[in-house]
Amino acid sequence: MKWEVVIGLETHAQLSTMSKIFSGASTQVGAAPNTQACAVDLALPGVLPVLNKGAVERAIRFGLAVGAKINRRSIFARKNYFYPDLPKGYQISQYELPIVEGGSLTIHVGDVEKTVQLTRAHLEEDAGKSLHEDFQGATGIDLNRAGTPLLEIVTEPDMRSSAEAVAYAKALHALVRWIGICDGNMQEGSFRCDANVSVRPAGSDKLGTRCEIKNLNSFRFLEKAIEFEIRRQIEVIEDGGRVVQETRLYDPDKDETRSMRSKEDAHDYRYFPDPDLLPLAVSEAMLQAIQSELPELPPAKQSRFMSSYGISAYDAAVLTSSRELADYFEAAAQDADAKVAKQCANWVAGHLNARLNDENLDITQSKVTSKQLRRLIDRVADGTVSGKIARDVFDALWAGEAVGNHDESAVDIFIKNKGLQQISDGSAIEKIVDAVIAANARQVADYLAGKEKAFNSLVGQSMKATKGKANPQQVNDILKRKLTR
Amino acid sequence: MLHATLKQLSDGLATGKFSSAEVTKYFINRINNLNNSLNSFISLDADKSLAQARAADALRAAGKAQTLTGVPLAQKDIFCAQGWLTTCGSKMLSNFVSPYDAHVIERFNAAGAVNLGKTNMDEFAMGSSNETSFYGPVRNPWDRERVPGGSSGGSAAAVAARLAPAATGTDTGGSIRQPAALTGICGLKPTYGLVSRYGMIAFASSLDQGGPMARTAEDLGLMLNVMAGFDARDSTSLQRTPEDYGRNLAQPLAGLRIGLPKEFFAAGASADVIKAIEGAVAEYKKLGCEIVDVSLPNMALSVPVYYVLAPAEASSNLSRFDGVRYGYRAKDYGNLAEMYEKTRAEGFGAEVKRRILIGAYVLSHGYYDAYYLRAQKLRRLIAQDFVEAFKQCDVIMGPTTPSTAFKIGEKSGDPVQMYLSDIYTIAVNLAGLPGMSIPCGFDSNGLPVGLQIIGDYFSEARMLNVAHQYQLATDWHTQAPKNIREAAS
Repeated sequence: MKWEVVIGLETHAQLSTMSKIFSGASTQVGAAPNTQACAVDLALPGVLPVLNKGAVERAIRFGLAVGAKINRRSIFARKNYFYPDLPKGYQISQYELPIVEGGSLTIHVGDVEKTVQLTRAHLEEDAGKSLHEDFQGATGIDLNRAGTPLLEIVTEPDMRSSAEAVAYAKALHALVRWIGICDGNMQEGSFRCDANVSVRPAGSDKLGTRCEIKNLNSFRFLEKAIEFEIRRQIEVIEDGGRVVQETRLYDPDKDETRSMRSKEDAHDYRYFPDPDLLPLAVSEAMLQAIQSELPELPPAKQSRFMSSYGISAYDAAVLTSSRELADYFEAAAQDADAKVAKQCANWVAGHLNARLNDENLDITQSKVTSKQLRRLIDRVADGTVSGKIARDVFDALWAGEAVGNHDESAVDIFIKNKGLQQISDGSAIEKIVDAVIAANARQVADYLAGKEKAFNSLVGQSMKATKGKANPQQVNDILKRKLTR
Repeated sequence: MLHATLKQLSDGLATGKFSSAEVTKYFINRINNLNNSLNSFISLDADKSLAQARAADALRAAGKAQTLTGVPLAQKDIFCAQGWLTTCGSKMLSNFVSPYDAHVIERFNAAGAVNLGKTNMDEFAMGSSNETSFYGPVRNPWDRERVPGGSSGGSAAAVAARLAPAATGTDTGGSIRQPAALTGICGLKPTYGLVSRYGMIAFASSLDQGGPMARTAEDLGLMLNVMAGFDARDSTSLQRTPEDYGRNLAQPLAGLRIGLPKEFFAAGASADVIKAIEGAVAEYKKLGCEIVDVSLPNMALSVPVYYVLAPAEASSNLSRFDGVRYGYRAKDYGNLAEMYEKTRAEGFGAEVKRRILIGAYVLSHGYYDAYYLRAQKLRRLIAQDFVEAFKQCDVIMGPTTPSTAFKIGEKSGDPVQMYLSDIYTIAVNLAGLPGMSIPCGFDSNGLPVGLQIIGDYFSEARMLNVAHQYQLATDWHTQAPKNIREAAS
C-alpha cells in the first residue's frame, strides 16, 4: 500500500527580550544556577506576574510578518501541573485566545513552492531546568531559564514529508531571526520543534493517529526523527497493529523514537484564565507602530534584488537567506551599475559564502568588509586586476595579510605593494608572447596542425610568465594574431 | 492609652505626649499579658518592633514624621514582611521567613509605622472562624468560648482587645468585615485593585483585597491613606490619583439615599441582628437620610458561585507549595510523586485540602463549562445587580453577618453552615465593590452586631463619611469587651 505522511510542527522560539516575560530578571544564558531567578521566578509566596511589553511586541511582529490576524484581546491562562522545574505549579500560557491566529509561511523543497498554513502563535513562559548529573541521589533545579519568554508557533498538518518539515523549520528559523525576535540558537534551545506525525493510506482524507515527538533541537534530528517515526508507524500498521496516540522522544544516539507517555497518562492541565493578569489588549497605535518598524521581508527583498540588480532568482534567494547577508550585499552593491551589482551578487553568494561556510562563520564575522569587497570588484571592472588575481587579493585580505588601514583603501594598497596590477600594455605582452612562441616550437606546430589544446597551453605559459598579471584577453588576442600570420 | 484610637495616638506622638517607644512598649506588654488567652498573634519580635519605634522617634525628632509615624500596628500573617516569619496560618509555611516586603508592608514602613507582630488567621485565609489555623483558634475577646470570625480573626481580636490600635486584614469573601462584625470593630474592604496584592499571599486572586481594621471609621481612613495606591508589580492594581480618604468625614448626611436590599432581610439573619440593623437605620433617618428599598435578585447565588471560583483559583495558587524550594517538606519519601503527596498531605489542613479538591474538580476536563464558566457568567449577573441598585441609592446597608459570634467548634464540622456565615459579604467581593462593617449594637448575649455598608466603586471616602457621622451620633464603637484589663496600663 502507498502511504501518505502528514506532519504538523509546533515550534518554541525564545523571544530575544532582555528580561523575562513576567519578571525583571535577566534572560542571559550561562550565569551560575539560580542567580538569574528573582522572587517572581522562584514563585515565592505573594509574588505576581507583570507582562513584558517587549515579548508582546515581538509576538505581534511575527504575526504581521506571516500575515496573521493579531487578536486585539487575548487571554493568559494557567496550565496546571506539578514538576520541580515549574516553580508555580502552573505555566502561564495562552490557551483559548492566543495573540496571533492564522498566517502562513512559504517554503521551497527543490523547485517546488508550497505554503504552510499556521494555526496560531501564542506567548508563554519557559520552565527551569532539572539537573540530574552532579548530584548524588538528588536532582538539582536551576531556575535561570524559568520565565524566559517563548512564542509557540503551531502549523496546520500541512507537511507531507520530512523534507517539507525541515524546509518549513528552516524558513521559520530564518524568519524569526530576520525580524529580530529570536536569536535562533538551536544548541542553546532558543529554537526547538515538536513534530506531530501520522500516516494514512494515500488518497484518504481521514487523518491517522498521530504521535508527537518532543524537543527536536536540530534540523538533522528533526529530519531523522520524522523519518524513523514514519517507518515505525507504517510497520506497525502493516503488521496489523494500530498506532497509539502518544508523546515520543527522539534518541539521536540510537536514531530512534521512544514512547514517553501515552494519551491515557496525559495530564488534565485544568486551564483557566490567569486572574493575576488582565486580558492583553493590543491597540491600533501599537499595531501601526510595529508594522511601520517591520523590516522588508525576504520575499519582497528577493523580488527587489532581482529587478534592481538584475540577478537570478537563485542568487536572490541565497542573498536573502539572512538579513545580515542581504544587508552586506546591499552595502557592497550600493550605487553600482548592473554589471558590478551582478559581480557583487556572484562574490557574496559564491566565494565569500564559501569562505564563511569553510570557517563556520556568519556574515557579521566576515573578515572582508562590504566596502573592501566592492573596491576589489571595482578594480576588476576598471581593469586594474584580473578576476583571478582578485580572488588572491580577497584571500589575502581574509587571511589578514593587508597592512595599514582596514577600510577599502587596504585593497589598493595591497595591490600596489604586491605589484599585482594587470599588465595591459600591448607591447610588453607582445614581448612575452614572442618569447613563449620561441621557446615552445612543438606546441606551436601542434596548434598549427589543428590541435586547439596546444593554444591553451601557450596562453597558460604566457600568463605564468607574468605571474598571472597579464590581461588574459590581450594575451589571447596577441597570441592568435601572431600564430595566424 | 488603652482605648486610644489611631488618630489620638498619632496626635499624642505629634505633640510629644509620648514617644513611639513608649506606645510600642505599652502594646507589647499588653500582648505579652493577654495573647495567651486570645492567641491572636502568631509571631512577635519585640526587638524588631522597638527598633522600628526608636527609628520612628528619630524621624520625628528630625522633623520628618508623617501621620502614622511611630504608631504600632498589627499585620495579618498573610503579608510578607522581610525578616519576619510569614506563615499564612499554615504548617506549610511554618518555617518561611520572608526575604521581601509586601507592598502594604513597604508602605507602612515608609510611613514610619511600627510592626507589632503578625496576627493569626485561618489557614491561607480559608475560613470564617479562625479555627483552621495551624496555630490554633483565636478567641473572641467578648466571649473566649466563641470565635472572632475569620479569616482575619487574629487582627480583629487584637484590635477589639486593645492589643493593637489597628491592624491589617484581607477580604476574599468577607474576611475583614465578618470578623470586624463579630468582635465589635470596624473593617473596610476597598474596591478591588485599590490596594496592591503584591506580597499578600494569594488565596483567590480575583477576589482578594487587603484593607484596614480599626475601632473608628476615621482610623480606617488613616490606614487606607497609606495602604492604597498604584503598584506596578500588581497587574490588577489601579492607576488613580491618590486621595485623602478622610477628606469627607465631616460632611452632613442629609439627603443620603440608603438602599436596603430586601434579600438581606428576608431570611437567615437572627432576630437580634435584624433588630440592631433596624436601630442603625433609624439612626440614619434621624441624620436626614432617605431609605430606599432595593433588590439584589441574584444574591442567593453568590455563595455557590464563590465556592466554585475561589477554590478554582486557590487550587492553582497553592500549587507552588510543593516542598521543593521553601516551606515545609515531608521527612520521608521514596520518589518525587511521594515527596509532593506527603508534603501537601502533611503541610495543608483539612479545609485547605477540601478547597483544593473542589477547585481542581471544577476546573477539570469535562466539568469546566458546567462549573467554572457558568460561575463566571453568574458573577457578572451579581455585579450587574449592584449597578442597578446604585441607580437608586448612594450606599447599601444591611447586616454584615446572619448571626453574632458562634461557639468554637459549633460549625467546624459543617462546612456549608460555615460558608453561609459569609452570605451577606461574598457578593461584594464578586462585584469588586468596597464594603465595610461597623459596630451597631449587641445581641441578647452581649455580643457585637456589625452593620455592613456597601458603596459604589471607589466611594471609600463617602463610605467612611457615612460611618463617621454615625459614630459621632452613637457610641457602639467605643464599647470594649470586659476582661481585657489584665495588663498593667
